[in-house]
Amino acid sequence: MSHIGRSFRRIEDGPLLLGKGSFAADCNAPGQLHMRVVRSPVAFGRILGVETAEAAALEGVVAIWTTDDVAELPPIDFRQMGLEALAPYRQWVLARDYVRYVGDPVAVVVAVDPYVAEDAADLVFCDIEELAPQLDATAAPSAFMPDIHPGLLSEPAVLRRAYGDVDAAFAAADKIVALEVKVGRHTGVPLETRGALGVYDADKDVLTLYGAAKVPHYNRDAISRMLGLGEGRLHLSEGHVGGGFGIRGELYPEDVLVCAAALRLRRPVKWIEDRKEHLLAANHSRDQVYRLRAAVDRRGFILGLEAEFFTDQGAYVRTHGTTVTDLSAAMLPGPYVIPAYAAVGHIRLTNKTPAGTYRAPGRYESTFARERLIDKIATELDLSPVEVRRVNFIAAEAMPFDRGIKTLGTGVVYDSGQYRDLLERVLDRLSYNQLQDELAARRDRGELVGFGVACFVEKSGLGPQDLVRITVDGRGTVEIVTGVASVGQGVETVLAQICAETIGIPIERINVIHGQTDRIEIGFGAFASRVTVMAGSAVKIASEALRDRALEAAAGLLQTTPDALKLSDGMVEAVSGGASLPLGEIALHLKDSGGLTGEGRFVAGHMTYPYGVHAAQVKVDPSTCGITIERYLVGYDVGRAVNPMLIEGQIVGGAAQGIGGALLEEFVYDENGQPLAASFADYLMPTCHEVPEIEVLLREDAPSPLNPLGVKGAGEAGINAVGAALAAAIDAALQKPGAVTQLPITPARLHEILRGPRS
Amino acid sequence: MKPAAFDYFRPASLSDALALLAKYKDDCKILAGGQSLVPAMNFRLARPAILIDINDIAELDYVHADDRGLHIGALTRHAAFHRRVVDGPLGALFSAVARHIAHYPIRQRGTFAGSLAHADPASEWCLLATTLDATVVAKSARGERAIAIGDFFNGTFSTDLEPDELLAEVHLPPMGQGWRTGFYEFSRRAGDFALGMALAALRIEAGVVREARLGVGGVSDRAIRLRKLEERLVGGAASQEMIDTIAREAWASVSPIGDIHATPEYRRDLVATAVKRALTEAAA
Repeated sequence: MSHIGRSFRRIEDGPLLLGKGSFAADCNAPGQLHMRVVRSPVAFGRILGVETAEAAALEGVVAIWTTDDVAELPPIDFRQMGLEALAPYRQWVLARDYVRYVGDPVAVVVAVDPYVAEDAADLVFCDIEELAPQLDATAAPSAFMPDIHPGLLSEPAVLRRAYGDVDAAFAAADKIVALEVKVGRHTGVPLETRGALGVYDADKDVLTLYGAAKVPHYNRDAISRMLGLGEGRLHLSEGHVGGGFGIRGELYPEDVLVCAAALRLRRPVKWIEDRKEHLLAANHSRDQVYRLRAAVDRRGFILGLEAEFFTDQGAYVRTHGTTVTDLSAAMLPGPYVIPAYAAVGHIRLTNKTPAGTYRAPGRYESTFARERLIDKIATELDLSPVEVRRVNFIAAEAMPFDRGIKTLGTGVVYDSGQYRDLLERVLDRLSYNQLQDELAARRDRGELVGFGVACFVEKSGLGPQDLVRITVDGRGTVEIVTGVASVGQGVETVLAQICAETIGIPIERINVIHGQTDRIEIGFGAFASRVTVMAGSAVKIASEALRDRALEAAAGLLQTTPDALKLSDGMVEAVSGGASLPLGEIALHLKDSGGLTGEGRFVAGHMTYPYGVHAAQVKVDPSTCGITIERYLVGYDVGRAVNPMLIEGQIVGGAAQGIGGALLEEFVYDENGQPLAASFADYLMPTCHEVPEIEVLLREDAPSPLNPLGVKGAGEAGINAVGAALAAAIDAALQKPGAVTQLPITPARLHEILRGPRS
Repeated sequence: MKPAAFDYFRPASLSDALALLAKYKDDCKILAGGQSLVPAMNFRLARPAILIDINDIAELDYVHADDRGLHIGALTRHAAFHRRVVDGPLGALFSAVARHIAHYPIRQRGTFAGSLAHADPASEWCLLATTLDATVVAKSARGERAIAIGDFFNGTFSTDLEPDELLAEVHLPPMGQGWRTGFYEFSRRAGDFALGMALAALRIEAGVVREARLGVGGVSDRAIRLRKLEERLVGGAASQEMIDTIAREAWASVSPIGDIHATPEYRRDLVATAVKRALTEAAA
């Protein structure tokens, strides 16, 4: 029975459906204390003093610390894409000298219950000399911390990516098309806020941090370094995780403070973020401005592209270093040939919540910019937007396609893809010509309806490696141990399917252990759509090793050769029929010689590049500026689909988030840097009312040659091009090409498009 | 998001509740549905020293109609209006408006009277009460008084209630079979507060408008009844031309506020649209 390619129901759902999940807030330890963070009420200012005496006098308060009390803790370092020049811009676990955003941690209170902790936090007085905040990433850089770092400006880095002869391209151009677009500030907002419980076991001298997510092994090492803990003294444990989206599980000040407090106080310390804190303190994302200039010929073929863009990084550079800007610069060219390219990406600090990666980082934004540009090229040359895309696509025959630039330390080499073919399939599915006729007829009757399409290349399967160990016990139960993490995306089911396929065992007999640093020595976590590619491949390799070992042992027991045997339904059987042995029995037989195990390590120096097409049909009510999405289709080539149902789930969920960023979600600040969208009353998440049925056209036309399964990642397909496709559809509905240049497309912005700018 | 400490009372009778109010006055808050108060307390925007929970007071849990109109007790939930609480156009209007209020679970707890006492300018019930001549019955240990809705709202989150008074009942005059109503609201998401809304009621006889009620909400610090436009409507036909005129005049008569969800210019246009659509529905 084949296991790969089937839509198995998730094996991890039992406890979740029964209300027996173990999320961060579900973790408790006897005698635990509760931590509350005191946060800056102002956007930028010099700290003159932090008065804690009144709060400390409150009954039930165990400790209050400010930066002086944690002076030995270094700032939080970069997990990836760090540069030496970025080091001064790192965030301390408690603000030192300056506060740089509303929400910047200034002090922590540890108390006997969360109510007392919050009461006490209210009594801590931050004496801050307010300074004028920097709120515009495109404005001239300003001082980061005036007298502490003299001369240090709010532009930590400028990234440049280029190939080809851009000057020659512009000299040869029939037309130059320029564009400026902006993507608003929004982020991933998991249903579960962040949380941590630190428990110190004095007997074993081990500190355990519950509530870990995404990258437990990396965070174990980073926290150990910060706290000076030797090997084996810190363990990170991942429970259920209520959504990750890139922002959850990065190392934040609160994680380090919980660990430090549990060690110092020798009592368990728990911190559960509230929703307001989450919107102020967890990574923001997006918020980029792009200025593009394209040199094109008469057919709309892009001869050269110049890009300057600005990333509003917020107050500090966090764990992601330059990741978002780096990916933006590398992925902006997308599925198109573009023979000459020069991009300049400015990382700019402002006095807003620090930013990091959010599902399809640098691609949601750059796809919006690039696809808006393609639409504008079509308009200026009086060509169809679809035709301009056809003209520019990289041909299937050109694969693998080396872009000639790097991202995340790896060369951008598109491993496989049939871009045009996928677009044609999407258009066929929609009966494109007929659809356009129908929409034109409706427009003739006065309805504002329109269709838009957007194409993109994704990246997935970031290395460097992952390790998997598989063990069969005496009852024939299989345990897969991996260092990747689960943020709720179905890791257990997918890894079990790959194992079941390889060793021929029912999926119900497989357990998957993930996110436990005491179970496996390395792990690279769950991000960059990497788990199925990296851990999935490692599971395949480990399963094959285990299968070979089982067959060899069984051959000895059955007095035959391994090639006369096969694995099926948890048994080793003779190919010719007759004798058979359960796997559990073989495991018992091998008990004294290491057991029935298999180990697999998958190393990847290059990423895989899946690709897709989004198509949107919208209706605009010009009297209310309301937007109705009448139809939404995502076409996506995942290389090979291990579990199509889970991939569709990923795509639909991603599309919902993309709609949020395109139409609803925005962190708005006033002129003093006060956040105006700090609750769900003002930060508007899409609900089932706003998200239409998402149609998915899942293809496996271009398997990856880079891994034994041929798989590519699926996590970011659904979100990538939503802003771009909806913008195009709204333009078409209004019959105003190029009208939409900014996300989110709010009713007030649409009103301005329809009625002209404010007087 | 843990509230500051408070004392909690759960009186079983109205007189006990009023005695507590008389004793604690400004230090206390009434808890009915809690759908606005409790989040405000969790954000520590509201820090009442004392909560008086009226949910055990059975004598406040009623909605009934008689020849004087509709009487809504302080504990009547939004969800009570999902089904028509009175025959005729009034019950139908309440039912239609209720579905715009937040989401189903919130409507099971939040109360009609609580919405009025909270006085959010984007509240649907505040618009309905303002437009349809509601009377608020305030009770205290000192006695009882009736407050005309036009005198009740003082501005955003501010009413004419005295610190020792409980909003015990809201009364709406009857609406005979000759009335027809319309309601239109636009919000950014289903269930959100209105960016703009309008409510219209017309009594039309032989093609002529004999009586009219028209109000708009979500545009200033309280719902606005457009009495001059009501007068314009009376005596003529509710024609498309008349509706367009009224919508234009509504546009001219309001000076909307701006916030992160809507500019004043957008809101003003939205009000005109809402008026037009509410009137069109009522005239249909």
